[in-house]
Amino acid sequence: MLQSSKPRYGEKAIQGLLAACGILSVLTTTAIVISLVGPTIGFFEIVPASEFFFGIDWTPQFEPPSFGVLAIVAGTFNVTLWGMLFAIPIGLGAAVYLSEYARPRVRKTVKPVLEILAGIPTVAIGFFAASFIAPEIIVPLWPGEFLGGAAGKPFMALAAGLGVGLMIVPIIASISEDAMSAVPNGLREGAYAMGATKLKVATRVVFPAALSGIVASIVLATSRAVGETMIVLLAAGSTPNFTFNPVESIQTMTAYIGVTATGDISTGSLDYKSVFAVGTVLFAITLVMNMISIRLVRRYREVYE
Amino acid sequence: MTGPGAAAPRNRLAMAGARATTQAMLRDQPRGDVIRNAVFAGLLLLAILIALAGLLALLIQAFTQGASALSTDLFTNPPSTAFPEKAGFRTAIIGSLELIAGVILFVVPVGIGAAIYLEEYADKSKWWNRLIEVNIQNLAAVPSIIYGILGLAFIVRGPLDLGFILAAGSLTLALLVLPMVIIAAREAIRAVPDSIRQGSLALGATQWQTIRSQVLPASIPGIATGVILAVSRALGETAPLLLVGATVFVTFDPTPFSPDGYSALPVQIFNYAVRPQEEFQALAAAGIIVMLGVLLAMNSFAIWLRNRYEQRW
Amino acid sequence: MTRDESRTGTGREAREAAAERAAISVRPEFQHSTGSGSREKVFEMKGIDVLYGGVAAVKGISMDIHRNDVTAMIGPSGCGKSTLLRCLNRMNDLIPSAEVRGELLYHGEDLYGPAVDPVQVRKLIGMVFQKPNPFPKSIYDNVAFGPRILGRKDDLDATVEKALRGAALWDEVKDRLDSNAFGLSGGQQQRLCIARCIAVEPDTILMDEPCSALDPISTGKIEDLMIDLKQEFSIVIVTHNMQQAARVSDRTAFLMVELDADEDNRWGRLVEYDETEKVFTNPSDRRTEDYVSGKVG
Repeated sequence: MLQSSKPRYGEKAIQGLLAACGILSVLTTTAIVISLVGPTIGFFEIVPASEFFFGIDWTPQFEPPSFGVLAIVAGTFNVTLWGMLFAIPIGLGAAVYLSEYARPRVRKTVKPVLEILAGIPTVAIGFFAASFIAPEIIVPLWPGEFLGGAAGKPFMALAAGLGVGLMIVPIIASISEDAMSAVPNGLREGAYAMGATKLKVATRVVFPAALSGIVASIVLATSRAVGETMIVLLAAGSTPNFTFNPVESIQTMTAYIGVTATGDISTGSLDYKSVFAVGTVLFAITLVMNMISIRLVRRYREVYE
Repeated sequence: MTGPGAAAPRNRLAMAGARATTQAMLRDQPRGDVIRNAVFAGLLLLAILIALAGLLALLIQAFTQGASALSTDLFTNPPSTAFPEKAGFRTAIIGSLELIAGVILFVVPVGIGAAIYLEEYADKSKWWNRLIEVNIQNLAAVPSIIYGILGLAFIVRGPLDLGFILAAGSLTLALLVLPMVIIAAREAIRAVPDSIRQGSLALGATQWQTIRSQVLPASIPGIATGVILAVSRALGETAPLLLVGATVFVTFDPTPFSPDGYSALPVQIFNYAVRPQEEFQALAAAGIIVMLGVLLAMNSFAIWLRNRYEQRW
Repeated sequence: MTRDESRTGTGREAREAAAERAAISVRPEFQHSTGSGSREKVFEMKGIDVLYGGVAAVKGISMDIHRNDVTAMIGPSGCGKSTLLRCLNRMNDLIPSAEVRGELLYHGEDLYGPAVDPVQVRKLIGMVFQKPNPFPKSIYDNVAFGPRILGRKDDLDATVEKALRGAALWDEVKDRLDSNAFGLSGGQQQRLCIARCIAVEPDTILMDEPCSALDPISTGKIEDLMIDLKQEFSIVIVTHNMQQAARVSDRTAFLMVELDADEDNRWGRLVEYDETEKVFTNPSDRRTEDYVSGKVG
């Protein structure tokens, strides 16, 4: 009476199938690692690690070629720096406003705007950076010959930087706002009851309480900025250049991969392998940042929920 | 407030005095504070306005530069570098549509399957299940060009060895957006209250019967919204496609398995955007307008879907 | 048939008359041609302990539940009444850290035996929950869900009607079977859940504080329903409301919290289990008396 009428193989089969779908994620990560590792090892059999990690000349086309990755790492962080300098105040400002000041009607208009911004494809932002930000904003506003001057330059780190900044504003804004909204109202009310002004409550109470979420958003945004390809391809250039000068043309890690892997290179050549070596560095950097950010988000969620 | 009749006038005076004092104290905010508050609020508003201005500038610039190239030719003509006046996005648009179809075919069953497994079957205390979760969260943030490398090494060449065909591009994009779908599907499934599952199980339904008949139907709207958003993302992605063969300059309509190559809308836009001539710049801008229009339509549909069918518990 | 008669008379005639009235059929395997005063046991519990993650929630429960009784379990919050109830249809299996020790027999069979399928168990032992939990479907689909998964798809309309009549809900919903169940009031939703439960034709119905989320009028309707339903089903009800237990049940079990020496751990114990009349008017245990007379909360 209590036994099942027939053994339920179907249930077990379905469970197995579903588990396979879940395992695919692990397989994907494994595949990424495997595809990067092989050629990277091959690369380091030819190019000494010291030249790669400490050299500042990235000239694979020269004879003899020089593979100093710091040149393109600097390019990446050059662009990222300007992007973050733009996006952090804008993004955090938007977040604080939405969380502490905005009336429901304002929230209803601003939040969708941020969502739209988040959905704009990067090729469109890159186009905007190259054809508008560079000629119409940077060139007119840049003081003369400072750092070499901005006039007449088709590619500038700053142009790409501002484009990247615009792209990541929604990331900082929405995650920070999430973190600030999670701060219990009791904390705010306690401060108001003691006579604090809105400014003080926002900066001295809410901001510190939401700090781990805010930092998580900044780390995640940096990771996105580091991994961005199209904006830099369109606006920052293809000349590896170990500099943080905003008005110079540079090349990022992503741009190098993008340009080289689509060119005429044969599998197994040194150039081919260099793509994977750079890819490994890129993956490692973003992996570390992502893990930090995930850990931080989990922490602020645990504290208040 | 009433008090004994004789003491009433005294009470009223006392109350008036207390009220006046409190009001004086409150009104008397230090001038510095008021100014600081106003400036701060103003700065915050400025931040939002700058972001808004950036978005508007982008849209306006695309429209003004691309308006001249907007015509039906855009949709019917294949690309051309020799004759920009006759160039269009036909093959790129068809390519994008086929790519998206492939993405949906892969991502819907696998994404929902993984989400069901993680939410309904997986024992959360086991380390391998937590590994899967961490993996998904991480993969959602891996740069898109790394997925291009994955596609190049594993799908186009390597074990799958499909070659530079559209199906390979589709699979690459699918892997890119799969984490988004899984995360959205999990949230939709998690939103179904446990009481529904308990009610179903208490009637003698098996776990799968409960999922199939109660949990999944209730979470479809949320899952659909997630799929549409993921597809929007896939539509706009360029970098991975550059690495898996979408740069071939095709002038005829692509098909999923033809070895002659394929193109996609964002890649074509990029191709035009890197050429200095005004006509190509205008074409690129026009392509952006088309792409943004499609994305707007898709996202509006997703929002409408969510509002119309969302289950309120 | 007055209420008192239906409560005490367990003769076959009484059952059959009530069955005709409520239009519910008795499952063939449970039909017994016994004489009056059939005291067949549905559940036999001997020394039941339930632990969550190694920590005891109830200890040493030994009691028998009889056929066609309404058996009530009362006691203060946290004494494990719901935990015990959920053992009876193996719903505790859903909690990974739960462990059940001791002997629990269902019609003489070990409910926790190795070959026992919990899904099968729940088809025979149904449950109604504290907060009504109708599915987000139509009223018809809610009631039809059980029979459909059992494969009893022929004549679904008749099954649904029978179940809704049995839950005293038919007249109120017969014109809107296709409307969403969420549109019903709280009391109606709970009766829908009862209809859903009896559509599967179980042998026993477990009710976990079924009226605590409802208003007094709905509560009254469901209490009346319980008296009707017990003609066909055996009912075990957990309730916070002593007066409810006194109104509807034949036998009452009183559970209470026991603390260990350092007052760190607490678990539920069965203090007294007897005919309802006796438990409320002349209890054997002092603690029972304190509780039912309101001296202890």
